[in-house]
Amino acid sequence: MAELGPVLEVLLGGLMSGVLYALVALGFVLIFKASGVFNFAQGAMVLFAALSLVRLSEWLPFPLAFLLTIVIMIAVAWAVERLVLRPLVGQHGLILFMATIGVTFFLDGFGQTIWGSNVYQLDLGIPASPWFLLENVFPGGILVSPIDVFAAAIAGSLVLALSIFFHSTKIGRALRAVADDHQAAQSVGIPLNQIWLIVWSTAGIVALVAGMAWGSKLGVQFSLSLVALKALPVLILGGLTSIPGAIVGGLVVGAGEKLAELYIGPLIGGGIEYWFAYVLALAVLLVRPQGLFGEKIIERV
Amino acid sequence: MSAPAEAAVLEASAAAPTALAVNNIEVVYDHVVLVLKGVSLEVPERSIVALLGANGAGKTTTLKAISNLLHAERGEVTKGSITFYGEEVHRLSPNELVRRGCVQVMEGRHCFAHLTVEENLLTGAFTRKDGRAAIQADLEMVYGYFPRLRERRKSLAGYTSGGEQQMCAIGRALMARPRLILLDEPSMGLAPQLVEEIFEIVDRLNRQENVTFLIAEQNTNLALRHARYGYILENGRVVLDGPAEALRDNEDVKEFYLGLSGSGRKSFREIKSYKRRKRWL
Repeated sequence: MAELGPVLEVLLGGLMSGVLYALVALGFVLIFKASGVFNFAQGAMVLFAALSLVRLSEWLPFPLAFLLTIVIMIAVAWAVERLVLRPLVGQHGLILFMATIGVTFFLDGFGQTIWGSNVYQLDLGIPASPWFLLENVFPGGILVSPIDVFAAAIAGSLVLALSIFFHSTKIGRALRAVADDHQAAQSVGIPLNQIWLIVWSTAGIVALVAGMAWGSKLGVQFSLSLVALKALPVLILGGLTSIPGAIVGGLVVGAGEKLAELYIGPLIGGGIEYWFAYVLALAVLLVRPQGLFGEKIIERV
Repeated sequence: MSAPAEAAVLEASAAAPTALAVNNIEVVYDHVVLVLKGVSLEVPERSIVALLGANGAGKTTTLKAISNLLHAERGEVTKGSITFYGEEVHRLSPNELVRRGCVQVMEGRHCFAHLTVEENLLTGAFTRKDGRAAIQADLEMVYGYFPRLRERRKSLAGYTSGGEQQMCAIGRALMARPRLILLDEPSMGLAPQLVEEIFEIVDRLNRQENVTFLIAEQNTNLALRHARYGYILENGRVVLDGPAEALRDNEDVKEFYLGLSGSGRKSFREIKSYKRRKRWL
C-alpha cells in the first residue's frame, strides 16, 4: 500500500488534469445542448485558438493578442454557421456530425498553414516551479503545479458563469429551448442563426481557454487537437447535455486514470492510464446511457 | 356576453380588415413533390377561420407556408403570395413574422420538454421589447385563462399531460402578444372534454383579447361550431368554402366530413358514385 502523501499527490494531479479534460468537454456540451450537433471540431478549435494566440502574441502585447484571438474565434463561429450549419438545417444528426469532421480537418490544416506547424511555447507568466503544500504534515509535502491550479480556477469560474447564463438569462433560456426543439423555437420567434452564432462563439472562447491551459503545459502543437479524444469519455461519463456533468466527469476521469495507474498498474504491467477512461466510459454507457448528469430522457407512455 | 353585444362583434368582424390573405400558393417539397396546388384563403381580423380536411390534405403545409417554417423541412412556396395586414411576408423569417404578430402553435404541441411550464411561457416572449413588467402581466393573463398551468408552472413541460401541453403551447404563443395565431390540430390526441375546453378558451381569447385564429382541424364538427368561416382542403386544393353555418348544412360536408347522411348505410358501390357526384370536383 502506498503512503498517504504520494497518493494524495497523485490524486490531486489527477483532479487537476481532469479539470483540463473538462475544459475541452465543456465546449462539446455547449454546442450539443444548443444545437444537437456533436461537434467533433472542438479539439481542432482548441488547437486553432491556441495557435492564433501564440503567434499573435509574438508581435502584439498579450492582452491585445488575447482579444484578437477571441475575435478570430467568433469569426470562425460565424463562418461555420453560415457555410456549414445553415445549408444543413433540418438534416439528420449524423450528417451534421460528418460535417463537423470536415470542419475538424479544415481547421487543423488551415490553422497550421497560416500559423505554422512548429511547437510553440506559450508563456502565461505563471511560475513553472511546483509548489509544495502541507510540508509539515507529509515528508516532502505535496507537489502541485501552479499551471494546474490556474486552470482549475479558470474552469471553475467559467462553469459558474455559464450556469448562470444558461439558467437565469433570456438568451440562456432561448438556448435551452433551441436544444429541445428547433422548430418549436423558431415558431416562437427565436432566430436559430443568431443562437448558433452565440453558442459557437462561446464554444470558441472556451476552446481558447482550454488551448491556453493545455498549450502552456504541452506546448502549442498539432497534438493539442487530440485532447478532444480525451474529452469523449468525460462526455459519456458526465452526460452530453450537462455543464456540471462535464466538470465532474473530467474530475472522475482524471483522478480515476491516475489512481488506476497507481493501484492496478503494477499488477498488469502499467500503461493503464491511456485506456482506463474509455473502459470506464463503456461501463457507464451500459448502465446509464445518458451519463451521470445527462438530461433525463423524457418519454411519456 | 349578451346577445346584442355578440351580434355587434359579428358585425364588426364582417367589416373588419383582412389580417391574412393567401393567394393561390403552391408548395413543393424537395423540389419535386407538389403538395399545395393553388390554395387561396382569407382571414378577416378578429375572426376564427377553420381549415378543414382529411390527413394529408395540406392543412399543416398551408399553416407552415404562412409562418415560414417550411424551410427546415425542405419545402418551398413556389407560386402565389401571402400577405399579413397588406405586407408581403413570404420572404420573412419566422422571427420577423412573430415580431409582426403572427405566431404558429404547431401540431403535436412541441413544448420544450426540459424547460418548466413557466419557462416555456417565457420563451414565447422572446421577441418582445416592452420590458419585464408587461411580460409579467401577460404571464398572469395566460394563467388567468389556463389556471391549470399556474398549478404546474414549476414542472418540466415534458412531464405534463397532453392537455396541459396543448394549453402550454397556446399560452406560449399568447406571450408573444400576437394578432393572429395559427393553431394546428389542437384536438390531436386529447380527450373530447378537454378539446371542448380548449376551444372554449380559444373563443374567449378571440372575444376578449382580440386574437384572430386560423385553425387547422380534422374534427370538422367541432371546428365548424367554433369558427365563423371554413375552408375545406382536399389533395392540396380548396374544394369548398363558406360561412360555418352554411358548411354545416351542406349535404356533401355532412356526408364526407360529419359522417351524417339522411339515407342510412350505403354499399361501397354507392359511396363511389357519391364521390363522383361531389360538386366541387
